[in-house]
Amino acid sequence: MKRQVLAALGCGLLFAVGLALSGMTEPVKVLGFLNFFGRWDPTLAFVMMGAVGSHAILFRVIIRRAKPVLAGEFAIPSKRDLDRALILGSALFGVGWGLSGYCPGPVLTSLAAGGRPALAFAAGMVGGMAAYGLLQRRRGGTVKAMGAGT
Amino acid sequence: MSVSTAALALAGGALMGVAAALLLLFNGHLAGVGGIVAGLFQRPAGGWAWRAAFVSGLLAGGVLLALLYPSAFAPSPASGTLLVIAGVAVGFGARLGGGCTSGHGICGISRLSRRATAATLTFMLTGAVVVTLVRLLGGSR
Repeated sequence: MKRQVLAALGCGLLFAVGLALSGMTEPVKVLGFLNFFGRWDPTLAFVMMGAVGSHAILFRVIIRRAKPVLAGEFAIPSKRDLDRALILGSALFGVGWGLSGYCPGPVLTSLAAGGRPALAFAAGMVGGMAAYGLLQRRRGGTVKAMGAGT
Repeated sequence: MSVSTAALALAGGALMGVAAALLLLFNGHLAGVGGIVAGLFQRPAGGWAWRAAFVSGLLAGGVLLALLYPSAFAPSPASGTLLVIAGVAVGFGARLGGGCTSGHGICGISRLSRRATAATLTFMLTGAVVVTLVRLLGGSR
């Protein structure tokens, strides 16, 4: 347990360094990437190439192991079908992303340096997550931890 | 965009991919930041402590970088109220859609998930529409 916590802490640190190095803690660059019909900024495309490229290779190597180093099994989403929640949720996510230039990773990394804009966004983000959780509970559905990248 | 910006973007991106892969190698989890944060506000099946640690790593990394590499940071150009609304949309949308830019965009696409690819195309499309509308309504950008 303790070693899992240390590993996650290190991964979070490394992820933050990658975000800042790549320019993703500057929302203007993200907005510039989404500005396809104006003055387009391709930075995010290079970030995606680097991230997807390295993760694609490492994922294939790691997943061959019987189990993770510090845990009993891999938690990989098995869902395959497209559904309305996936598309609606992602569409809404894109609206917020396009309004601000922030998404969860960059905004958390920017909290220390980003001043009030990052704080305002992060407060709204946590509120939005909590609202979803409450709605789920009211509907009587079981609240599951959101699987990453299903 | 200069060559050095492109090179840094590629290298920084690769580092994010490595960080995500290490989380998978050690803890067995994909690094979807939105999902990890959301898990802090409930009792997730896979445990709470590692999530808190990952988020602490992002925050602590932010503190270190703010001290050592402050030029990496710039605030969003959007106004205060709009930022709160944008945050709500991102938080709610990431949960409803089961992932965010890291979960769907990086981890999902790199394992060729159909759902993650559809999600990423969707949020890039609506993001582009919003940016274009803001530009047309609010002047040049």
